Amino acid sequence: MRNPLSERIVDIPFSGIRKFFDIAAEMTDVISLGVGEPDFDTPWHIRDEGIYSLERGKTAYTSNAGLKELKIEIAKYLERRFQVSYDYNTEMMVTVGGSEAIDMAMRAMLDPGDEVLIPQPSYVSYVPCATLANGTPVIINLKEENEFRLTAEELEAAITPKTKLLVLPFPNNPTGAIMERKDLEAIAEVVKKHDLYVLSDEIYAELSYLEDHVTIASLPGMKERTVLINGFSKSYSMTGWRLGYACAPKIILEQMLKIHQYAIMCAPSTSQYAAVEAVRNGDHDVAAMREEYDGRRRYLMHRFQEMGLQCFEPYGAFYAFPSIQEFGITSDEFATRFLKEKKVVVVPGTAFGECGEGFLRISYAYSLDKLKVALDRMEEFVTELRAQKK
Amino acid sequence: MREKILTFIEKNSRVDLKELAIVLGVDEATVANEMAAMEEEHIICGYHTLIDWEKTSIEKVNALIEVRVTPQRGRGFDSVAERIYNYPEVNAVYLISGGYDLLVTLEGKTLREVAQFVSDKLSTLDPVLSTKTNFILKKYKDHGTIIAEPEEDERMLVTL
Ligand SMILES: Cc1ncc(COP(=O)(O)O)c(C=O)c1O
Repeated sequence: MRNPLSERIVDIPFSGIRKFFDIAAEMTDVISLGVGEPDFDTPWHIRDEGIYSLERGKTAYTSNAGLKELKIEIAKYLERRFQVSYDYNTEMMVTVGGSEAIDMAMRAMLDPGDEVLIPQPSYVSYVPCATLANGTPVIINLKEENEFRLTAEELEAAITPKTKLLVLPFPNNPTGAIMERKDLEAIAEVVKKHDLYVLSDEIYAELSYLEDHVTIASLPGMKERTVLINGFSKSYSMTGWRLGYACAPKIILEQMLKIHQYAIMCAPSTSQYAAVEAVRNGDHDVAAMREEYDGRRRYLMHRFQEMGLQCFEPYGAFYAFPSIQEFGITSDEFATRFLKEKKVVVVPGTAFGECGEGFLRISYAYSLDKLKVALDRMEEFVTELRAQKK
Repeated sequence: MREKILTFIEKNSRVDLKELAIVLGVDEATVANEMAAMEEEHIICGYHTLIDWEKTSIEKVNALIEVRVTPQRGRGFDSVAERIYNYPEVNAVYLISGGYDLLVTLEGKTLREVAQFVSDKLSTLDPVLSTKTNFILKKYKDHGTIIAEPEEDERMLVTL
Protein backbone atom coordinates (compact mmCIF):
# COMPACT_ATOMS: atom_id res chain seq x y z
CA MET A 1 0.00 0.00 0.00
CA ARG A 2 1.17 3.53 -0.68
CA ASN A 3 2.06 5.71 2.23
CA PRO A 4 -1.03 7.86 2.69
CA LEU A 5 0.79 10.65 4.46
CA SER A 6 2.56 13.81 3.46
CA GLU A 7 6.17 13.81 4.60
CA ARG A 8 5.93 17.45 5.45
CA ILE A 9 3.28 16.65 8.05
CA VAL A 10 4.89 13.50 9.36
CA ASP A 11 8.11 15.39 10.03
CA ILE A 12 6.35 17.85 12.33
CA PRO A 13 6.44 16.59 15.93
CA PHE A 14 3.57 16.74 18.40
CA SER A 15 3.73 19.49 20.98
CA GLY A 16 6.18 18.66 23.76
CA ILE A 17 3.58 19.55 26.34
CA ARG A 18 1.40 16.62 25.49
CA LYS A 19 3.51 13.86 26.99
CA PHE A 20 3.08 15.20 30.51
CA PHE A 21 -0.65 15.28 30.27
CA ASP A 22 -0.66 11.72 29.03
CA ILE A 23 1.33 10.58 32.08
CA ALA A 24 -0.80 12.71 34.41
CA ALA A 25 -4.01 11.25 33.03
CA GLU A 26 -3.01 7.89 34.53
CA MET A 27 -2.47 9.31 38.02
CA THR A 28 -4.71 10.58 40.79
CA ASP A 29 -4.36 13.66 42.99
CA VAL A 30 -2.33 15.41 40.34
CA ILE A 31 -2.09 19.17 40.47
CA SER A 32 -1.34 20.89 37.22
CA LEU A 33 0.49 24.12 36.64
CA GLY A 34 0.78 23.11 33.04
CA VAL A 35 -2.04 24.67 31.14
CA GLY A 36 -1.92 27.94 29.25
CA GLU A 37 -5.60 28.66 29.57
CA PRO A 38 -7.45 31.04 31.91
CA ASP A 39 -9.24 29.38 34.83
CA PHE A 40 -12.09 31.88 34.85
CA ASP A 41 -15.43 31.21 33.24
CA THR A 42 -16.27 33.65 30.47
CA PRO A 43 -17.93 36.62 32.22
CA TRP A 44 -21.65 36.02 32.45
CA HIS A 45 -22.85 39.00 30.40
CA ILE A 46 -20.76 37.75 27.49
CA ARG A 47 -22.07 34.20 27.76
CA ASP A 48 -25.57 35.60 28.00
CA GLU A 49 -25.19 37.48 24.71
CA GLY A 50 -24.10 34.24 23.07
CA ILE A 51 -27.18 32.51 24.43
CA TYR A 52 -29.39 35.40 23.38
CA SER A 53 -28.06 35.26 19.83
CA LEU A 54 -29.03 31.59 19.72
CA GLU A 55 -32.48 32.36 21.05
CA ARG A 56 -33.00 34.83 18.26
CA GLY A 57 -31.91 32.22 15.75
CA LYS A 58 -28.69 33.98 14.78
CA THR A 59 -27.19 30.72 13.63
CA ALA A 60 -26.18 31.36 10.05
CA TYR A 61 -22.78 32.14 8.52
CA THR A 62 -21.65 35.70 8.98
CA SER A 63 -19.75 37.50 6.26
CA ASN A 64 -16.34 35.96 5.61
CA ALA A 65 -14.36 38.69 7.27
CA GLY A 66 -16.66 38.67 10.28
CA LEU A 67 -19.63 40.58 11.64
CA LYS A 68 -19.40 44.24 10.74
CA GLU A 69 -20.67 45.19 14.19
CA LEU A 70 -17.88 43.20 15.82
CA LYS A 71 -15.17 44.62 13.59
CA ILE A 72 -16.30 48.15 14.35
CA GLU A 73 -16.12 47.43 18.07
CA ILE A 74 -12.67 45.86 17.73
CA ALA A 75 -11.44 48.90 15.83
CA LYS A 76 -12.69 51.18 18.60
CA TYR A 77 -11.10 48.94 21.20
CA LEU A 78 -7.68 48.95 19.51
CA GLU A 79 -7.82 52.70 19.27
CA ARG A 80 -8.90 53.08 22.91
CA ARG A 81 -6.46 50.60 24.44
CA PHE A 82 -3.43 50.64 22.14
CA GLN A 83 -3.68 53.85 20.11
CA VAL A 84 -3.63 52.15 16.76
CA SER A 85 -6.34 52.70 14.18
CA TYR A 86 -7.53 50.19 11.63
CA ASP A 87 -10.18 50.43 8.96
CA TYR A 88 -12.58 47.72 10.00
CA ASN A 89 -13.65 47.25 6.43
CA THR A 90 -10.37 46.70 4.63
CA GLU A 91 -7.77 46.01 7.30
CA MET A 92 -9.41 43.59 9.69
CA MET A 93 -10.82 40.09 9.78
CA VAL A 94 -12.31 37.89 12.46
CA THR A 95 -10.67 34.47 12.74
CA VAL A 96 -11.04 31.15 14.48
CA GLY A 97 -8.76 32.03 17.36
CA GLY A 98 -5.40 33.70 17.14
CA SER A 99 -4.29 30.27 15.95
CA GLU A 100 -5.96 30.59 12.57
CA ALA A 101 -4.63 34.10 12.17
CA ILE A 102 -1.04 32.92 12.74
CA ASP A 103 -1.42 30.17 10.18
CA MET A 104 -3.01 32.41 7.57
CA ALA A 105 -0.54 35.23 7.98
CA MET A 106 2.33 32.82 7.32
CA ARG A 107 0.59 31.26 4.35
CA ALA A 108 -0.31 34.61 2.86
CA MET A 109 3.19 36.04 3.18
CA LEU A 110 5.68 33.25 2.60
CA ASP A 111 7.11 31.65 -0.50
CA PRO A 112 9.44 28.64 -0.43
CA GLY A 113 12.84 29.78 0.78
CA ASP A 114 11.57 32.82 2.64
CA GLU A 115 13.03 32.94 6.11
CA VAL A 116 10.89 33.60 9.15
CA LEU A 117 12.66 34.78 12.27
CA ILE A 118 11.17 33.18 15.34
CA PRO A 119 12.48 34.22 18.74
CA GLN A 120 12.43 31.37 21.23
CA PRO A 121 11.40 30.32 23.81
CA SER A 122 7.98 31.02 22.37
CA TYR A 123 4.58 29.62 21.60
CA VAL A 124 4.75 26.19 20.03
CA SER A 125 2.89 26.85 16.79
CA TYR A 126 5.08 29.41 15.03
CA VAL A 127 7.69 26.97 13.75
CA PRO A 128 5.24 24.34 12.44
CA CYS A 129 3.04 27.02 10.90
CA ALA A 130 6.03 28.50 9.11
CA THR A 131 6.97 25.04 7.86
CA LEU A 132 3.42 24.32 6.73
CA ALA A 133 3.52 27.57 4.80
CA ASN A 134 6.70 26.36 3.05
CA GLY A 135 8.75 29.01 4.79
CA THR A 136 12.03 28.40 6.54
CA PRO A 137 11.93 28.99 10.28
CA VAL A 138 15.08 30.59 11.66
CA ILE A 139 15.37 30.62 15.43
CA ILE A 140 16.66 33.51 17.50
CA ASN A 141 17.61 32.31 20.97
CA LEU A 142 16.50 34.82 23.58
CA LYS A 143 18.53 35.21 26.73
CA GLU A 144 17.57 35.32 30.34
CA GLU A 145 20.04 38.12 31.04
CA ASN A 146 17.98 40.29 28.67
CA GLU A 147 14.81 39.20 30.48
CA PHE A 148 14.01 37.19 27.36
CA ARG A 149 13.35 40.35 25.38
CA LEU A 150 14.36 40.51 21.74
CA THR A 151 17.16 43.01 21.25
CA ALA A 152 17.86 44.92 18.06
CA GLU A 153 21.35 43.38 17.93
CA GLU A 154 20.02 39.84 18.13
CA LEU A 155 17.56 40.63 15.39
CA GLU A 156 20.12 42.27 13.15
CA ALA A 157 22.51 39.32 13.57
CA ALA A 158 19.89 36.83 12.40
CA ILE A 159 18.89 38.66 9.23
CA THR A 160 19.97 37.26 5.85
CA PRO A 161 18.97 38.33 2.34
CA LYS A 162 16.21 35.72 2.54
CA THR A 163 14.64 37.04 5.70
CA LYS A 164 11.10 38.25 5.13
CA LEU A 165 9.10 37.98 8.32
CA LEU A 166 9.75 38.46 12.02
CA VAL A 167 7.47 36.91 14.59
CA LEU A 168 7.11 39.13 17.61
CA PRO A 169 5.57 37.07 20.41
CA PHE A 170 5.09 39.45 23.34
CA PRO A 171 3.87 39.31 26.09
CA ASN A 172 5.40 35.91 25.78
CA ASN A 173 4.23 32.40 26.34
CA PRO A 174 6.20 30.70 28.05
CA THR A 175 8.59 33.24 29.58
CA GLY A 176 6.15 36.00 30.58
CA ALA A 177 8.56 38.50 29.01
CA ILE A 178 7.25 41.77 27.64
CA MET A 179 8.63 44.43 25.31
CA GLU A 180 8.52 48.02 26.39
CA ARG A 181 8.18 50.95 24.01
CA LYS A 182 11.93 51.59 23.87
CA ASP A 183 12.61 47.93 23.04
CA LEU A 184 10.09 48.01 20.22
CA GLU A 185 11.43 51.28 18.85
CA ALA A 186 14.85 49.71 18.43
CA ILE A 187 13.34 46.64 16.77
CA ALA A 188 11.25 48.79 14.44
CA GLU A 189 14.35 50.58 13.17
CA VAL A 190 15.98 47.30 12.18
CA VAL A 191 12.78 46.00 10.61
CA LYS A 192 12.47 49.11 8.45
CA LYS A 193 16.15 49.16 7.55
CA HIS A 194 15.99 45.59 6.23
CA ASP A 195 12.54 45.89 4.73
CA LEU A 196 11.00 43.11 6.83
CA TYR A 197 7.44 42.38 7.88
CA VAL A 198 6.27 41.62 11.40
CA LEU A 199 3.77 39.11 12.69
CA SER A 200 2.95 40.53 16.09
CA ASP A 201 1.11 38.04 18.28
CA GLU A 202 -0.58 40.21 20.89
CA ILE A 203 -2.93 37.65 22.34
CA TYR A 204 -1.66 38.49 25.85
CA ALA A 205 -1.74 42.27 25.32
CA GLU A 206 -4.21 42.79 28.15
CA LEU A 207 -2.02 40.85 30.55
CA SER A 208 0.83 43.25 30.99
CA TYR A 209 1.66 44.18 34.56
CA LEU A 210 4.47 46.68 34.27
CA GLU A 211 3.05 49.27 31.93
CA ASP A 212 0.34 49.23 29.30
CA HIS A 213 1.12 47.04 26.36
CA VAL A 214 2.53 48.82 23.32
CA THR A 215 1.82 47.42 19.88
CA ILE A 216 4.60 47.76 17.35
CA ALA A 217 1.94 48.69 14.77
CA SER A 218 1.49 52.00 16.57
CA LEU A 219 5.09 53.07 15.95
CA PRO A 220 5.88 55.34 12.98
CA GLY A 221 6.06 53.50 9.66
CA MET A 222 5.24 50.13 11.19
CA LYS A 223 1.54 49.69 10.54
CA GLU A 224 2.18 48.98 6.88
CA ARG A 225 4.65 46.23 7.82
CA THR A 226 2.74 44.56 10.60
CA VAL A 227 0.15 41.86 10.87
CA LEU A 228 -1.35 42.30 14.31
CA ILE A 229 -2.92 39.24 15.84
CA ASN A 230 -5.14 39.27 18.86
CA GLY A 231 -8.09 37.35 20.21
CA PHE A 232 -10.58 36.73 22.91
CA SER A 233 -9.17 33.55 24.46
CA LYS A 234 -6.91 35.01 27.09
CA SER A 235 -8.20 38.50 27.80
CA TYR A 236 -11.88 37.59 28.14
CA SER A 237 -11.33 33.99 29.15
CA MET A 238 -13.02 32.74 25.99
CA THR A 239 -10.74 29.94 24.79
CA GLY A 240 -13.53 27.56 23.81
CA TRP A 241 -15.34 30.15 21.71
CA ARG A 242 -12.49 30.01 19.20
CA LEU A 243 -12.38 33.64 18.29
CA GLY A 244 -9.56 35.94 17.31
CA TYR A 245 -8.74 38.57 14.74
CA ALA A 246 -6.04 39.83 12.45
CA CYS A 247 -5.34 43.41 11.44
CA ALA A 248 -3.07 44.06 8.51
CA PRO A 249 -2.43 46.30 5.55
CA LYS A 250 -5.10 45.79 2.92
CA ILE A 251 -2.87 43.98 0.42
CA ILE A 252 -1.94 41.33 2.98
CA LEU A 253 -5.35 41.06 4.53
CA GLU A 254 -7.02 40.45 1.17
CA GLN A 255 -4.88 37.38 0.62
CA MET A 256 -5.47 36.09 4.14
CA LEU A 257 -9.15 36.52 3.54
CA LYS A 258 -8.91 34.29 0.49
CA ILE A 259 -7.39 31.46 2.55
CA HIS A 260 -9.97 31.99 5.28
CA GLN A 261 -12.80 31.99 2.77
CA TYR A 262 -11.82 28.68 1.25
CA ALA A 263 -10.67 26.92 4.42
CA ILE A 264 -13.04 28.21 7.10
CA MET A 265 -15.77 30.38 5.54
CA CYS A 266 -16.27 32.40 8.68
CA ALA A 267 -15.71 32.31 12.42
CA PRO A 268 -18.53 30.86 14.55
CA SER A 269 -21.45 33.26 14.63
CA THR A 270 -22.49 32.63 18.25
CA SER A 271 -18.98 33.47 19.33
CA GLN A 272 -18.99 36.64 17.28
CA TYR A 273 -22.20 37.89 18.87
CA ALA A 274 -20.80 37.16 22.32
CA ALA A 275 -17.57 38.91 21.38
CA VAL A 276 -19.41 42.10 20.47
CA GLU A 277 -20.54 42.27 24.07
CA ALA A 278 -17.03 41.43 25.30
CA VAL A 279 -15.28 44.29 23.51
CA ARG A 280 -18.12 46.70 24.08
CA ASN A 281 -18.64 46.17 27.81
CA GLY A 282 -15.84 43.92 29.01
CA ASP A 283 -13.09 46.33 30.07
CA HIS A 284 -13.85 45.93 33.76
CA ASP A 285 -13.81 42.12 33.52
CA VAL A 286 -10.42 42.27 31.88
CA ALA A 287 -9.16 44.61 34.58
CA ALA A 288 -10.48 42.37 37.35
CA MET A 289 -8.88 39.26 35.87
CA ARG A 290 -5.62 41.08 35.29
CA GLU A 291 -5.55 42.13 38.92
CA GLU A 292 -6.23 38.60 40.06
CA TYR A 293 -3.40 37.21 37.90
CA ASP A 294 -1.10 39.93 39.14
CA GLY A 295 -1.72 38.87 42.75
CA ARG A 296 -0.99 35.24 41.92
CA ARG A 297 2.11 36.33 40.06
CA ARG A 298 3.42 38.12 43.13
CA TYR A 299 2.64 35.08 45.26
CA LEU A 300 4.45 32.78 42.86
CA MET A 301 7.55 34.96 42.72
CA HIS A 302 7.58 35.20 46.48
CA ARG A 303 7.46 31.43 46.86
CA PHE A 304 10.27 30.96 44.33
CA GLN A 305 12.36 33.40 46.26
CA GLU A 306 11.63 31.57 49.50
CA MET A 307 12.67 28.25 48.08
CA GLY A 308 15.74 29.82 46.51
CA LEU A 309 14.68 29.15 42.96
CA GLN A 310 16.05 31.67 40.53
CA CYS A 311 13.46 33.35 38.30
CA PHE A 312 13.59 36.61 36.40
CA GLU A 313 10.46 38.68 36.96
CA PRO A 314 7.83 38.06 34.30
CA TYR A 315 5.71 41.13 33.56
CA GLY A 316 3.23 39.65 31.12
CA ALA A 317 0.88 36.77 30.30
CA PHE A 318 0.32 34.24 33.09
CA TYR A 319 3.54 32.27 33.12
CA ALA A 320 6.76 32.26 35.08
CA PHE A 321 9.93 30.70 33.73
CA PRO A 322 12.17 29.72 36.63
CA SER A 323 15.65 28.36 36.09
CA ILE A 324 16.51 24.86 37.30
CA GLN A 325 20.09 24.90 36.12
CA GLU A 326 21.45 24.52 39.66
CA PHE A 327 20.17 20.95 39.84
CA GLY A 328 22.26 19.70 36.95
CA ILE A 329 19.44 17.76 35.31
CA THR A 330 17.50 18.47 32.14
CA SER A 331 14.16 20.26 32.19
CA ASP A 332 12.55 17.14 30.87
CA GLU A 333 13.97 15.04 33.67
CA PHE A 334 12.98 17.62 36.27
CA ALA A 335 9.41 17.80 34.96
CA THR A 336 9.06 14.03 34.62
CA ARG A 337 10.39 13.32 38.11
CA PHE A 338 8.41 16.15 39.64
CA LEU A 339 5.26 14.68 38.16
CA LYS A 340 6.03 11.11 39.20
CA GLU A 341 7.31 11.93 42.68
CA LYS A 342 5.16 14.88 43.68
CA LYS A 343 2.24 14.71 41.28
CA VAL A 344 2.57 18.19 39.87
CA VAL A 345 2.53 18.97 36.17
CA VAL A 346 4.87 21.66 34.88
CA VAL A 347 6.18 22.01 31.36
CA PRO A 348 9.89 21.76 30.50
CA GLY A 349 11.24 24.87 28.84
CA THR A 350 12.43 22.81 25.89
CA ALA A 351 8.82 22.40 24.73
CA PHE A 352 9.17 25.99 23.55
CA GLY A 353 12.50 25.67 21.82
CA GLU A 354 15.88 24.17 22.62
CA CYS A 355 17.08 27.33 24.29
CA GLY A 356 14.41 26.68 26.92
CA GLU A 357 16.68 23.99 28.37
CA GLY A 358 17.30 24.66 32.03
CA PHE A 359 13.91 26.30 32.58
CA LEU A 360 10.35 25.33 33.40
CA ARG A 361 7.11 26.94 32.40
CA ILE A 362 4.82 27.42 35.35
CA SER A 363 1.34 28.68 34.59
CA TYR A 364 -0.43 30.70 37.25
CA ALA A 365 -3.83 30.44 35.62
CA TYR A 366 -4.81 28.47 38.70
CA SER A 367 -6.56 29.41 41.92
CA LEU A 368 -4.39 30.56 44.79
CA ASP A 369 -5.38 27.44 46.74
CA LYS A 370 -4.07 25.19 43.99
CA LEU A 371 -0.94 27.25 43.52
CA LYS A 372 -0.23 26.96 47.21
CA VAL A 373 -0.41 23.17 47.29
CA ALA A 374 1.61 22.85 44.10
CA LEU A 375 4.30 25.20 45.39
CA ASP A 376 4.46 23.39 48.74
CA ARG A 377 5.17 20.23 46.77
CA MET A 378 7.71 22.06 44.66
CA GLU A 379 9.50 23.30 47.72
CA GLU A 380 9.76 19.74 49.04
CA PHE A 381 11.00 18.50 45.69
CA VAL A 382 13.62 21.20 45.34
CA THR A 383 14.86 20.56 48.87
CA GLU A 384 15.18 16.85 48.15
CA LEU A 385 17.02 17.48 44.89
CA ARG A 386 19.50 19.72 46.69
CA ALA A 387 20.05 17.10 49.40
CA GLN A 388 20.67 14.41 46.78
CA LYS A 389 23.22 16.56 45.03
CA LYS A 390 25.35 16.97 48.13
CA MET B 1 -6.45 49.20 49.81
CA ARG B 2 -9.44 48.48 52.04
CA GLU B 3 -11.65 47.62 49.09
CA LYS B 4 -9.01 45.26 47.76
CA ILE B 5 -8.69 43.48 51.07
CA LEU B 6 -12.45 43.20 51.46
CA THR B 7 -13.02 41.93 47.95
CA PHE B 8 -10.41 39.31 48.51
CA ILE B 9 -11.43 38.03 51.91
CA GLU B 10 -15.11 38.02 51.08
CA LYS B 11 -14.40 34.99 48.95
CA ASN B 12 -11.49 33.56 50.85
CA SER B 13 -11.40 34.39 54.52
CA ARG B 14 -8.95 31.58 55.21
CA VAL B 15 -6.07 33.35 53.53
CA ASP B 16 -3.34 34.25 56.00
CA LEU B 17 -2.14 37.78 56.44
CA LYS B 18 1.27 37.20 55.02
CA GLU B 19 -0.13 35.60 51.90
CA LEU B 20 -2.70 38.33 51.45
CA ALA B 21 0.04 40.94 51.73
CA ILE B 22 2.05 39.22 49.00
CA VAL B 23 -0.93 38.89 46.71
CA LEU B 24 -1.82 42.55 47.13
CA GLY B 25 1.78 43.66 46.79
CA VAL B 26 1.95 45.54 50.09
CA ASP B 27 3.65 44.75 53.38
CA GLU B 28 2.15 42.59 56.03
CA ALA B 29 1.83 45.32 58.65
CA THR B 30 -0.35 47.40 56.32
CA VAL B 31 -2.76 44.53 55.83
CA ALA B 32 -2.82 43.68 59.53
CA ASN B 33 -3.49 47.29 60.49
CA GLU B 34 -6.25 47.73 57.94
CA MET B 35 -7.91 44.49 58.96
CA ALA B 36 -7.76 45.39 62.63
CA ALA B 37 -9.16 48.84 61.92
CA MET B 38 -11.98 47.42 59.83
CA GLU B 39 -12.86 44.93 62.54
CA GLU B 40 -12.85 47.77 65.03
CA GLU B 41 -15.11 49.87 62.82
CA HIS B 42 -17.36 46.88 62.27
CA ILE B 43 -16.82 46.92 58.53
CA ILE B 44 -15.62 43.35 58.89
CA CYS B 45 -18.33 41.83 61.08
CA GLY B 46 -17.21 38.23 61.21
CA TYR B 47 -15.61 35.36 59.34
CA HIS B 48 -17.93 32.62 58.17
CA THR B 49 -17.77 29.28 56.45
CA LEU B 50 -20.23 28.17 53.83
CA ILE B 51 -21.33 24.61 54.55
CA ASP B 52 -23.56 22.28 52.63
CA TRP B 53 -25.25 20.63 55.60
CA GLU B 54 -27.14 18.31 53.33
CA LYS B 55 -23.97 16.35 52.83
CA THR B 56 -23.64 15.70 56.56
CA SER B 57 -25.73 13.59 58.90
CA ILE B 58 -26.86 16.66 60.78
CA GLU B 59 -30.52 17.52 60.23
CA LYS B 60 -31.37 21.17 59.93
CA VAL B 61 -34.50 23.00 58.94
CA ASN B 62 -34.29 26.48 57.50
CA ALA B 63 -37.22 28.82 57.29
CA LEU B 64 -37.85 32.28 55.94
CA ILE B 65 -40.58 33.99 57.90
CA GLU B 66 -42.37 37.02 56.61
CA VAL B 67 -43.50 39.11 59.54
CA ARG B 68 -45.90 42.05 59.55
CA VAL B 69 -45.52 44.29 62.60
CA THR B 70 -46.79 47.53 64.03
CA PRO B 71 -43.92 49.98 64.28
CA GLN B 72 -43.31 51.37 67.78
CA ARG B 73 -43.62 55.00 68.60
CA GLY B 74 -40.26 56.73 68.54
CA ARG B 75 -38.26 53.63 67.59
CA GLY B 76 -39.96 52.52 64.41
CA PHE B 77 -39.12 48.93 63.59
CA ASP B 78 -35.88 48.82 65.51
CA SER B 79 -37.18 47.66 68.85
CA VAL B 80 -39.25 44.81 67.39
CA ALA B 81 -36.33 43.80 65.23
CA GLU B 82 -34.10 43.77 68.29
CA ARG B 83 -36.55 41.60 70.23
CA ILE B 84 -36.50 39.15 67.38
CA TYR B 85 -32.80 39.08 66.55
CA ASN B 86 -31.86 38.37 70.11
CA TYR B 87 -33.34 34.88 69.91
CA PRO B 88 -30.38 32.58 69.27
CA GLU B 89 -32.28 30.46 66.74
CA VAL B 90 -32.73 33.50 64.51
CA ASN B 91 -30.13 33.77 61.77
CA ALA B 92 -30.99 37.03 60.13
CA VAL B 93 -33.49 39.83 60.37
CA TYR B 94 -34.06 42.24 57.51
CA LEU B 95 -36.40 45.19 57.17
CA ILE B 96 -38.12 44.73 53.85
CA SER B 97 -40.08 47.03 51.57
CA GLY B 98 -43.21 45.58 50.06
CA GLY B 99 -45.95 43.31 51.34
CA TYR B 100 -44.52 42.70 54.82
CA ASP B 101 -42.04 44.36 57.17
CA LEU B 102 -39.47 41.97 58.50
CA LEU B 103 -37.88 38.94 56.94
CA VAL B 104 -36.62 36.57 59.60
CA THR B 105 -34.48 33.60 58.72
CA LEU B 106 -34.44 30.80 61.16
CA GLU B 107 -32.55 27.62 61.69
CA GLY B 108 -33.97 24.76 63.72
CA LYS B 109 -33.25 21.11 64.24
CA THR B 110 -36.73 19.96 63.30
CA LEU B 111 -39.94 21.23 61.80
CA ARG B 112 -41.52 21.14 65.22
CA GLU B 113 -38.81 23.32 66.68
CA VAL B 114 -39.40 25.97 64.02
CA ALA B 115 -43.16 25.73 64.43
CA GLN B 116 -42.84 26.15 68.16
CA PHE B 117 -40.67 29.19 67.81
CA VAL B 118 -43.14 30.82 65.47
CA SER B 119 -46.26 30.02 67.47
CA ASP B 120 -44.88 30.46 70.98
CA LYS B 121 -42.38 33.24 70.62
CA LEU B 122 -42.66 35.21 67.42
CA SER B 123 -46.44 35.39 67.04
CA THR B 124 -46.99 36.28 70.66
CA LEU B 125 -44.86 39.43 70.53
CA ASP B 126 -47.17 42.37 70.92
CA PRO B 127 -46.29 44.33 67.76
CA VAL B 128 -46.43 41.25 65.54
CA LEU B 129 -49.57 41.30 63.40
CA SER B 130 -49.02 38.19 61.30
CA THR B 131 -46.40 35.69 60.19
CA LYS B 132 -46.02 33.56 57.13
CA THR B 133 -43.51 30.74 57.30
CA ASN B 134 -41.68 29.46 54.21
CA PHE B 135 -39.46 26.42 54.54
CA ILE B 136 -36.34 26.15 52.46
CA LEU B 137 -36.44 22.87 50.55
CA LYS B 138 -33.07 23.02 48.89
CA LYS B 139 -30.23 25.50 48.57
CA TYR B 140 -28.87 26.01 45.08
CA LYS B 141 -26.81 29.08 45.68
CA ASP B 142 -25.92 30.84 48.89
CA HIS B 143 -23.73 33.85 49.61
CA GLY B 144 -22.93 34.13 45.94
CA THR B 145 -21.59 30.62 45.78
CA ILE B 146 -23.24 27.87 43.78
CA ILE B 147 -23.78 24.88 46.05
CA ALA B 148 -22.99 21.96 43.80
CA GLU B 149 -20.08 19.66 43.20
CA PRO B 150 -17.21 21.71 41.84
CA GLU B 151 -16.68 20.79 38.22
CA GLU B 152 -13.59 18.91 37.15
CA ASP B 153 -10.86 21.04 35.64
CA GLU B 154 -11.00 19.93 32.04
CA ARG B 155 -8.27 22.24 30.90
CA MET B 156 -5.81 19.36 31.16
CA LEU B 157 -7.18 18.01 27.91
CA VAL B 158 -5.73 20.85 25.90
CA THR B 159 -2.05 21.00 25.35
CA LEU B 160 -0.65 24.38 24.40
C1 LIG C 1 1.18 33.19 22.29
C2 LIG C 1 -0.08 32.56 21.85
N1 LIG C 1 -0.60 32.88 20.67
C3 LIG C 1 -1.74 32.34 20.22
C4 LIG C 1 -2.44 31.41 20.97
C5 LIG C 1 -3.69 30.84 20.38
O1 LIG C 1 -4.83 31.28 21.00
P1 LIG C 1 -6.28 31.16 20.37
O2 LIG C 1 -6.20 30.39 19.11
O3 LIG C 1 -7.11 30.46 21.41
O4 LIG C 1 -6.74 32.57 20.14
C6 LIG C 1 -1.94 31.03 22.22
C7 LIG C 1 -2.63 30.03 23.04
O5 LIG C 1 -2.09 29.46 23.97
C8 LIG C 1 -0.74 31.63 22.68
O6 LIG C 1 -0.21 31.31 23.87
